[in-house]
Amino acid sequence: MKSRCRCILFLLAVLSGLPALSLAQPAASAPAAQSPATQAQIDALTQAVKSAQAAGDNAWMLTSAALVLMMTGPGLALFYGGLVRKKNILGTMMQSFAMMGIITILWPVIGYSLAFGHGTPFIGGLEHVFLHGVGLAPNPDYGATIPEQTYMVYQLMFAIITPALITGAFAERMKFSAMAVFLALWSLLVYSPMAHMVWGVGGLLNSNGGKCPSFDFAGGTVVHVTSGVSALVTALYLGKRLGYPKTAMPPHSMVLSFIGACLLWVGWFGFNAGSAVAANALATSAFVNTHFAAAAAAFGWTIFEWLHNGKPTALGAISGSVAGLVAITPASGFVSPMAALLIGLLAGLVCPFMVFKVKARFGYDDSLDAFGVHGAGGTLGALLTGIFATGAINAVYGADPTGKPNPTGAIDGHWSQLGNQFAGIAIAWGLSLVGTLILLFLVDKIIGLRVKPEDEHAGLDLSQHGEEGYDLNT
Amino acid sequence: MLKIEAILQPSKLDAVKDALLDAGIEGMTILEARGHGRQKGHTEFYRGREYTVDLLPKVKIELVVIDSLKEKVIQAIIGAARTGRIGDGKIFVSKIDEAIRIRNDERGETAL
Repeated sequence: MKSRCRCILFLLAVLSGLPALSLAQPAASAPAAQSPATQAQIDALTQAVKSAQAAGDNAWMLTSAALVLMMTGPGLALFYGGLVRKKNILGTMMQSFAMMGIITILWPVIGYSLAFGHGTPFIGGLEHVFLHGVGLAPNPDYGATIPEQTYMVYQLMFAIITPALITGAFAERMKFSAMAVFLALWSLLVYSPMAHMVWGVGGLLNSNGGKCPSFDFAGGTVVHVTSGVSALVTALYLGKRLGYPKTAMPPHSMVLSFIGACLLWVGWFGFNAGSAVAANALATSAFVNTHFAAAAAAFGWTIFEWLHNGKPTALGAISGSVAGLVAITPASGFVSPMAALLIGLLAGLVCPFMVFKVKARFGYDDSLDAFGVHGAGGTLGALLTGIFATGAINAVYGADPTGKPNPTGAIDGHWSQLGNQFAGIAIAWGLSLVGTLILLFLVDKIIGLRVKPEDEHAGLDLSQHGEEGYDLNT
Repeated sequence: MLKIEAILQPSKLDAVKDALLDAGIEGMTILEARGHGRQKGHTEFYRGREYTVDLLPKVKIELVVIDSLKEKVIQAIIGAARTGRIGDGKIFVSKIDEAIRIRNDERGETAL
């Protein structure tokens, strides 16, 4: 009888303490005056719940990191690879793969510190060079429940794919050596500062306490606008491919591009939902929004093409899905699912307009439409985020005393958020424009950017790598 | 000895092969080719732009036969390949100076 009473007493004590545990509060908010044995058990349970949450978070974040890496290799490598002519398949894939190697080395040495270390509102400092201070304990600024190295390696995958996206603009005509140097420097001069401003502690545009809080959940400005605008600058600086636009240069393998695009779609769940930095409801929100936008945009681009060409192409459908994924990237953790459908649909209509009409009108050779999809899609997405962000999904500006989330986006009534979005976009455009021009000029003078005409005719596979992508006769 | 080359629509390859086998012809070389005659190309779309693809997929069959089989082979090919539309293809006949069986040095018509 006595032991049963004690069991019931213990159960009551635990149950009354559990609501306090769910707020991740320390034992101080549990009922006072517990016996030492009960208190010890409550403490143990608190620790167990925290460990369980942390385990879930870490598992999801490590998975997300792997998904984002998959987006570069083989996702982007195949997507871009299929779009170029056969003689350039290896050269194109090597550009993505080179980023996997080079950026991975630069990131722990200095890139991560410049992006996420304490510094100025514009760039981080050197506190974390060579990963100094970045261990397995959580960094409360960057994911309170996961080891900081998880966060670091997750962010690394973003740092890898961003310069890889730019390669689409200068496809089939840049020297491998020049590309490697240019993009490595770009990662330090453009990517790390932008990442710091939006996501770094004390960053100017950080939605959490920045002077000009801008909403960019997973990298609409940091990844897509910077890479897209830099792509445009590079395409203009380098000039058109020999024979463009008179010679038709259709994809040599839509099959590869299709596989690549699907890998991008699946990988993007890690890109967006992983940006919740936890396995929680916000990750679910971002996951759902990501998928909805991809589908709606594929639909939109397909309809656009069906009306424009008379036939819907596979390239249009997969490009549509990528455009939708780009546009939802900044919005994924801020908007409702129905808003995500709309954002995707708009991207699926605006981006093909950029690619079909604007590109033709101005005549630049953005070979694989890095600007048309990423630059334009990212800009559109960042603006739409300001419109459709709602505190009901993500109370990033806190809540009022009654617990009602403060307005975040225009549909909450907070129209001035659009101004902040515009500021973030403008900074991304400006930094990319200036930074890319400087680096292109420098690398061109020292190494020379463009391959020789005879090398361009022979193809990058032979001229840059001494290999053939397909040797089907053996 | 005559070389008979036939350029055909790829979709007619099986029918022509069967017809040649029925006619008693067992040896042939088949190549994948691209080309066109008066048949215009088809249009494809890339990023909203329409362009013409001139090099159409074709199949080429090459046979070397004794002179007396010439008409039989030609009729077999035409019978299987003709649709009456532009793009049916062409047959060319030329003289062969020598034929050698690599396995056993046989020469001339016995090598065919």
